[in-house]
Amino acid sequence: MYTTEMGKQPNVKPIGPAEDPALLEAFEARVAADEFIEPKDWMPEAYRRTLVRQISQHAHSEIVGMLPEGNWITRAPSLRRKAILLAKVQDEAGHGLYLYCAAETLGTSRDEMTRALLSGKAKYSTIFNYPTLTWADMGAIGWLVDGAAIMNQVPLQRTSYGPYARAMVRVCKEESFHQRQGYEIMIALANGTAAQKRMAQDALNRWWWPSLMMFGPPDADSPNTAQSMRWRIKRDTNDDLRQKFVDITVPQAEFLGLTIPDPDLKWNEERGAHDYGAIDWEEFYAVVRGEGPVAKERMKARRDAWDEGAWVREAAMAHEAKRKAKAA
Amino acid sequence: MPSLPVIEKDQVRHAGTAPDGGAFDAPAVDAHAAARADYCLRLGDDALVLGQRLSEWCGHAPALEVDLSLANLALDLIGQATHFLGQAGDADQLAFHRDVLDYRNCWLVEQPNGDFARTIARQWLFSTWQHLLYRALESSSDAAIAGIAAKGAKEVSYHRELAADWVVRLGDGTEESARRMAEGLDWCWRFIPELFEVDELLQGLIERGIAADPRQFEADYRAEISRVLVEAQIAAPADTRPILGGRRGHHGEHLGHLLAVMQHIPRLYPDATW
Amino acid sequence: MSDEWPLWEVFVRAKGGLNHRHVGSVHAPDSELALRHARDTYTRREEGVSLWVVPSASIVASDPADSGPMFEPAQDKVYRHPTFYDIPDVVTHI
Repeated sequence: MYTTEMGKQPNVKPIGPAEDPALLEAFEARVAADEFIEPKDWMPEAYRRTLVRQISQHAHSEIVGMLPEGNWITRAPSLRRKAILLAKVQDEAGHGLYLYCAAETLGTSRDEMTRALLSGKAKYSTIFNYPTLTWADMGAIGWLVDGAAIMNQVPLQRTSYGPYARAMVRVCKEESFHQRQGYEIMIALANGTAAQKRMAQDALNRWWWPSLMMFGPPDADSPNTAQSMRWRIKRDTNDDLRQKFVDITVPQAEFLGLTIPDPDLKWNEERGAHDYGAIDWEEFYAVVRGEGPVAKERMKARRDAWDEGAWVREAAMAHEAKRKAKAA
Repeated sequence: MPSLPVIEKDQVRHAGTAPDGGAFDAPAVDAHAAARADYCLRLGDDALVLGQRLSEWCGHAPALEVDLSLANLALDLIGQATHFLGQAGDADQLAFHRDVLDYRNCWLVEQPNGDFARTIARQWLFSTWQHLLYRALESSSDAAIAGIAAKGAKEVSYHRELAADWVVRLGDGTEESARRMAEGLDWCWRFIPELFEVDELLQGLIERGIAADPRQFEADYRAEISRVLVEAQIAAPADTRPILGGRRGHHGEHLGHLLAVMQHIPRLYPDATW
Repeated sequence: MSDEWPLWEVFVRAKGGLNHRHVGSVHAPDSELALRHARDTYTRREEGVSLWVVPSASIVASDPADSGPMFEPAQDKVYRHPTFYDIPDVVTHI
């Protein structure tokens, strides 16, 4: 997910002087009682750092996530589709904005987080490093990628950190049309011409496995899950969400008359769930390392926007400084 | 027996965009209706081409907040385009299947984005005009056009104010931004006269009370432009020979590329619905 | 950084008669653009009729560490609530 643990190693270490055990105990009790932690409340350093990393990673994902779909706005095949796609991508910019602002309450700044992204230090969801080569990709992304995102975002509305939870409430309200518009595109293609059906199946073939990878490494490789769940930063394990996603999506693919590209996918009566094939984790970790097919394009686009926009941001600040000087 | 004239493919396609679908037993297209439709194409194409240009910024703006603003402008314009084109026929058919010679937008809106300053220059010069135009069209004798204009006027009032805010900040910001703003204005200035052109078709529609006469608000436009330029501390570029023709399908070189991108999918898959 | 825009808090009044409510933040170089950015970010779905923007640096907040002395003393002043008072039902308009 956008908030998933990307690394294989645990990266949350205790630092500096030990924290007051009484404060820690009180904090854990509040979180366990479903209370919200607000800015300026006492919190363990590890909690603060985990949140800054998770929230900013989520924000970076939204911003980079504008690019694969932004790629098709100028080529949307009808006026309605153009407007819908533009509104969706605009929402994603807004989601990034809400999340950056939430992270800023923890003591970082928009610029600091942006520089971390552009330097390659900060991670974002691997799914956006895949290319959108046909219009059908717009359908597949809305259906599968937004579908997966929603599964993670809904429980985060009650995450322990107030500003993050409130941002997620806003995100979820806006997200509700995102998946529907994608699936509607798939329906139109699946019921369309032979060329459209082929396009739709091809998109499903390319986006299925990366969508499953969105839920992150297997639980066995996710060492911080227990702590994140205790802190209410994470509600379900990666594998649980992944299973839920498969079970929900299979009938949706059946309705479209499309085939999920997994020969090992089959209903398991005993488990009451679908068995599915092995995920290529080497691909996942390679993409996390920055070796995704269009990772360079994504980063270049964001660096260019930032660099080429610097003179604009400076001009606005210069104008305001002049205005203040005149008023003084 | 004299032979019948050959019916060219593009005549069949052109007839297809006529309100009656080119049916052989349809009455001869009413000249008045054709003029009105052409006017709606001018209004719709202006909005569509500019909306298309603005949507190119999505994901690439100087700040996240600016990305959201430009997208809002684009969404307003695409909405206006859908309404006006819909008054001339099937909006998608018109948007995605007319070539350059049948597009009726002005030269200003098809200009490439350039840098943010040129984008703002284009937006400001156009929206200031479009706002005056839409306000005037609220009194059109054509109820449909008046209705679309009334709704659009509120949207465009915001567009022109936002654009003016940025002209001032860029013009009176840093040395670099002032230089770029001046260059952006210089690029776009030559396309202002076309906004106030009144050709025979427009004259007829003005006399019928359907269209607004842009000459009626040209003085207001010039005054508003001057006012903002003073605040932005930028000298107005020199007026040059008017560049005209967009209203009759004679555009610059940019529109062809824009349409090639915009229309590519529906034209490649003519039997498909999306 | 000379290009870093300050943070503003945004408040929206959903409709006449209601209070402005805090909905989030935006970055902007000045107050006019702060209003524009707030409008373009937080009112896309007909959320309101009025906007306030305030520089985040202007917000003065109570210290959570003080929340005991700040807020708990009010808890036992139950005589401020109408339900504390026992008036027989036969007495009307009170």
